[in-house]
Amino acid sequence: MSEKQNLKQRLEAVNEYERTPIPKNKLKGWKSFIGTYAGEHTAGTEFVLGPLFVAHGASAGDLVSGLIVGNILAILSWAFFTGKVAVKTRTTLYYQLEKIAGNRFTMIYNVVNAALFCFLAGSMIAVSATAVGIPFNLPMPSLTDVYPNSVGWIVTVFAIGTITTFVAMFGFGVISKFANIAAPWMIMIFIAAAVGVLPRLGITSFSEFWPVADSTIWNGVPLEGQSKFTFWHIMFFAWFCNMGMHIGMADMSLLRYAKKWTYGFSSATGVFLGHFIAWMASGILYSLFLLESKGSLVFAPGPIAYEAAGIAGAVCVVIAGWTTANPTLYRAGLAIQSINPKWKTWKVTLFVGLITTIAACFPALVMQLLEFVALYGLILMPLGAVIFLDVFVLPKMGLASNYAELTKSHFNPAVGITWAISLIFCLGLNIYGGVEIFFLGLPGWFVAVIVYLIASKAIQKKTTNVSPTIPLTY
Amino acid sequence: MKSVLKIISFAALALTLIPSFLVLKGSITPELSKTLMLIGTIIWFGTASFWMNKSEEEEVES
Repeated sequence: MSEKQNLKQRLEAVNEYERTPIPKNKLKGWKSFIGTYAGEHTAGTEFVLGPLFVAHGASAGDLVSGLIVGNILAILSWAFFTGKVAVKTRTTLYYQLEKIAGNRFTMIYNVVNAALFCFLAGSMIAVSATAVGIPFNLPMPSLTDVYPNSVGWIVTVFAIGTITTFVAMFGFGVISKFANIAAPWMIMIFIAAAVGVLPRLGITSFSEFWPVADSTIWNGVPLEGQSKFTFWHIMFFAWFCNMGMHIGMADMSLLRYAKKWTYGFSSATGVFLGHFIAWMASGILYSLFLLESKGSLVFAPGPIAYEAAGIAGAVCVVIAGWTTANPTLYRAGLAIQSINPKWKTWKVTLFVGLITTIAACFPALVMQLLEFVALYGLILMPLGAVIFLDVFVLPKMGLASNYAELTKSHFNPAVGITWAISLIFCLGLNIYGGVEIFFLGLPGWFVAVIVYLIASKAIQKKTTNVSPTIPLTY
Repeated sequence: MKSVLKIISFAALALTLIPSFLVLKGSITPELSKTLMLIGTIIWFGTASFWMNKSEEEEVES
């Protein structure tokens, strides 16, 4: 009984400053962010996204150049957009949006956001399950599977989902500590797994790598039924695959703990280890799998990693999935909790974890990851543009920041109009213009900027220009 | 004690990575490489948890 009380007290003591700026003594140093970003972006998704470039017929030259340019743009977005806003406000995305857009709008946004986060965390739990199921000879899902293919799959997913939820219930500190420990080891496993299978591709020295990479691994020929990826696809995908986090401002939740906005550059560890080395490594493993299985449709990162790196490889898939699912689940918990601040963080996370685990039972979640990642960033992007403009641009135009808080309004129509018009514009561009989902983020952002500025100017005509926000000095 | 643990941890990371390059060179078999990677993994998680988060806490306190 006393143990139960102790556990409850510890859970209720978790204070994540959901509705107050982070106090100065709680700010974290570089190491926390380097570890968190490296852990988060060297993740289970890498085991799925890396093979995608192979399947879509990316050439080796396009892949390397596209990833370098796209990753640099992503790092700049994290620093100059998310880092600057997070350090200036020291609040979560959700609380900041509530001050700008009103609690009714935020409630809708939070539900959408939490659902997206659950979807992402669920796919990572499913990726982990492909590794955990190896010793039990679990039938693995294939590219065309939608529903769970066995009771064993459901049991495995629920076991992983329970552990993931339990860890996330203890908040950012525990997640950060685990990511710190796992990150350096994970990237070693990714590299080692890929290097170890090179002889099976006919590579026995580094000088032989590029010719084989160009002719065999990323040979420029898409698999049957897959579209062809060019430099532009790869560059925009690398830039926008985490659009929700940087331009969409979801990482305000993490970077509000940063001592300086420049800590946004620590995302470089994540993108260059995870979205460069790890994507290339998993691409090599998948290419070998395709060659040796003569084009099998089975898509299971666990067995592929186990075949390449043994038990350590399978454990890497489990942990990689886990270190992505954990912070994602934590963010989903924050999103739901901000609907009603009286709800305890740990209870909300428990609920979100259950929903996520149920969703993870469906393999379609993993198989549609590419489309989901692009859609996820696109949906959150307009609100990121709104927050950035509200914090930095509106005061310079003589307009008020935090309009809903200032007018005690439950709904700021300028934000609602911006979100709706931006997404309708992107949808129209996709349907009528034939523009692929990977390219919609950039024009969509500019539309969001223009619409929000015009709408704010129109709505704030009769409102005082004094912002109630007291600037922080740290 | 912390320095010793750090040395052991980094040696474990090396043990996780280097065998694959020896496979590439043809010096060891893939099976031996996988065993060494597993040993490196166990040692890493067994030692790194004692110093990595402690330095983080010290940094926050300072």
